[in-house]
Amino acid sequence: MVNEVVMPKMGYDMTEGTIVRWRKDEGDEVTRGEVIAEVDTTKVTVEVEAYTTGVLRKILVPEGQTVPVGHVIAVIADRDEPIPGLEAKAAPAEKAAPVATGAPTPTAAVAVTGDEAPRIAASPVARRIARGQGVNLNLIRGTGPGGRIVKDDVETFLAKGPVEAPRPAPTPVVAAPAAAPHDIPYEDRDLSRIRQTMARRMAESKRVAPHFYLTSDINMTEALKLRKGLNALIGEGARISVTDMLVKGVGKTLQDFPEANASFAEGKLRVYQRINIGIAVALEQGLVTPVIPDCDKKPLSQIAQEAKELVERARTGRLRPDDFSPGTFTISNLGMFDVEEFVAIINPPEAAILAVGSVIPRPVVVDGEVKAAERMRVTLSADHRVLDGVTAARFLQRFKVYLEQPLHLVT
Amino acid sequence: MPIITYREALNHALREEMTRDERVLIFGEDVVAYGGAYGVTSGLVNDFGDKRVMDTPIAEGGIGGAAVGAAMGGLRPVAELMTINFALLASDAIINHAAKVLHMFGGQMSVPVVFRMTGGGGAQLASTHSQSLEVLFAHVPGLKVVTPATPADAKGLLKSAIRDNNPVLFIEHALLYRVRGEVPEGEYLIPLGQAEVKREGKDITLVAYSRMALVALEAADRLSQEGIEAEVVDLKTLRPLDMETVLTSVRKTNRAVTVEETWRTYGIGAEIASRIQEEAFDYLDAPIHRVAGVEVPLPYAKNLEQAAIPDAGRVVEAVKQLFVRTGV
Repeated sequence: MVNEVVMPKMGYDMTEGTIVRWRKDEGDEVTRGEVIAEVDTTKVTVEVEAYTTGVLRKILVPEGQTVPVGHVIAVIADRDEPIPGLEAKAAPAEKAAPVATGAPTPTAAVAVTGDEAPRIAASPVARRIARGQGVNLNLIRGTGPGGRIVKDDVETFLAKGPVEAPRPAPTPVVAAPAAAPHDIPYEDRDLSRIRQTMARRMAESKRVAPHFYLTSDINMTEALKLRKGLNALIGEGARISVTDMLVKGVGKTLQDFPEANASFAEGKLRVYQRINIGIAVALEQGLVTPVIPDCDKKPLSQIAQEAKELVERARTGRLRPDDFSPGTFTISNLGMFDVEEFVAIINPPEAAILAVGSVIPRPVVVDGEVKAAERMRVTLSADHRVLDGVTAARFLQRFKVYLEQPLHLVT
Repeated sequence: MPIITYREALNHALREEMTRDERVLIFGEDVVAYGGAYGVTSGLVNDFGDKRVMDTPIAEGGIGGAAVGAAMGGLRPVAELMTINFALLASDAIINHAAKVLHMFGGQMSVPVVFRMTGGGGAQLASTHSQSLEVLFAHVPGLKVVTPATPADAKGLLKSAIRDNNPVLFIEHALLYRVRGEVPEGEYLIPLGQAEVKREGKDITLVAYSRMALVALEAADRLSQEGIEAEVVDLKTLRPLDMETVLTSVRKTNRAVTVEETWRTYGIGAEIASRIQEEAFDYLDAPIHRVAGVEVPLPYAKNLEQAAIPDAGRVVEAVKQLFVRTGV
């Protein structure tokens, strides 16, 4: 029986692995469960076990080389069994074989997979769906003939995340994730479309965007005073909320830091010319983020008016397609639910999201004395591909200035 | 609905049209005394007389020419050529004249003729009497080519063919004459150039016509037992070709297999497959496979003949190839 050994997928976000060391040489007997190689997965080094018993007939990926998950790295078969297709597969490695049995060096057989970097085989409909959903085909494991990515694979990926094991052996040696216990009663509920989209986008965001987080504590005393004054002036109709002030504050800050009003797209930084701020609104069916466009250009009262209408439309399920115009930054405020601080997931492809906690009186030290002050914690989640720590910190610092000296918001 | 044979359904269509329109007449080999080689014209001479139902000599070239001439002269002839193999002798009249008169005379006269004939193999009549040559005629602009699979379609399509003002090749299948099926009571017409989804399915589209539509339906039943729900599209008319029905189905199922009794090279399946990829490429999840007759002159020996003609088993195999999954 000819069995191909493939680069295993050892974690949710693993897409490739590097062969650190072959523990067996070509021609060695291997038994099922025996460690044959060590693989470096960017996080940890793991051992690859043989899932069949036989002879390690061919090593196809030399030590030191990195290949994608699912790539064939070796062949196990009976000692004299002919191996169809091996000639072609291993041709460039022929010369390296004797070296590999002695003291293998990473440079000995470099060419093995370099030329094979395969065009992704995907059916037209799989490509169309992936394109429409903004999914990178590289992340999907094909299960069609010859490993072709078919429609099912893309749909499974969208529904559940990547196909787990790349090519599981009939009796996997690597323990599969424990299945849910059978004896607990459950019901499977269909996802609303909002929740489907949310699930996909949030998972995509965490998978693709390297998040980092900065928290700042903001004195809101002046902002609340200003808000009270303004609301007394404006009257009931268009009352200004804390969120409105935050939108205005972020809008102004983004004007100062256009690099945070950006996306990481196709290997470049895409800096947007408009400042469109989304407000995360939790609904029963899931999370939506209607957008207020051009926040930098609008006075606080107008932002308040638009935000009020948007949230109202969101809650009553009457959002219009226009309300989802592409956002460039999102604010998620859970302060009204007595959450002091939290961390939000970036709404892709935006570069950052601001998570806002409750405004509560806290003791602070002012001039050596402990005093109570209205404080609010905000946490910026930023995409490290777009922003680095210092820029993000300065962004937050500027934002803090705008809110602590809130007259900026009405200039 | 009454259940009658394909043969009877055709006979009813002829009878109804001859009753409706006295310009309709039938001529061909054995249509009077023998009731037609396959019994389709049985009894018609008794009701319509020997001026409207006429035997001819064994001279297909003459039958073809007379039919075209009669049609140009204002009659609506139904010429029986016995089998499509003999239509080759009449092909000058069909391809060079019937198909072109409307165009060459600037629309001043049309050729409302129906050439009825039998196609296909499976009856141990050897290679010169068992051919599926419909593709030769379906290739020609100006001709309509109709290939009914069921008694109900046979009747409704033949009536439409007779009423059509342009030349129609009406190709019956030798093995279908005894097939029984429900046929609606009373008069009805089935439009030419319209395919039909004969069975709904979500996983793959089988495109077939004539007897192969029934083979595809049988294959779909078997596939269903294995969890693959095939949709079967019966083309019914090869020209004009109703691609919309095929495309709608493929856009739903994302896969297609064509099934034809003709030889595969340059065949109907080739045309269908090509059109699908041109017009629905972004909906395909697998290559389009073609199931077709083996490319040999059809053998006389029964076992070899059976081996050369597609059956449900071969369709099932072809479909399964498209559902091979690796590493699931």
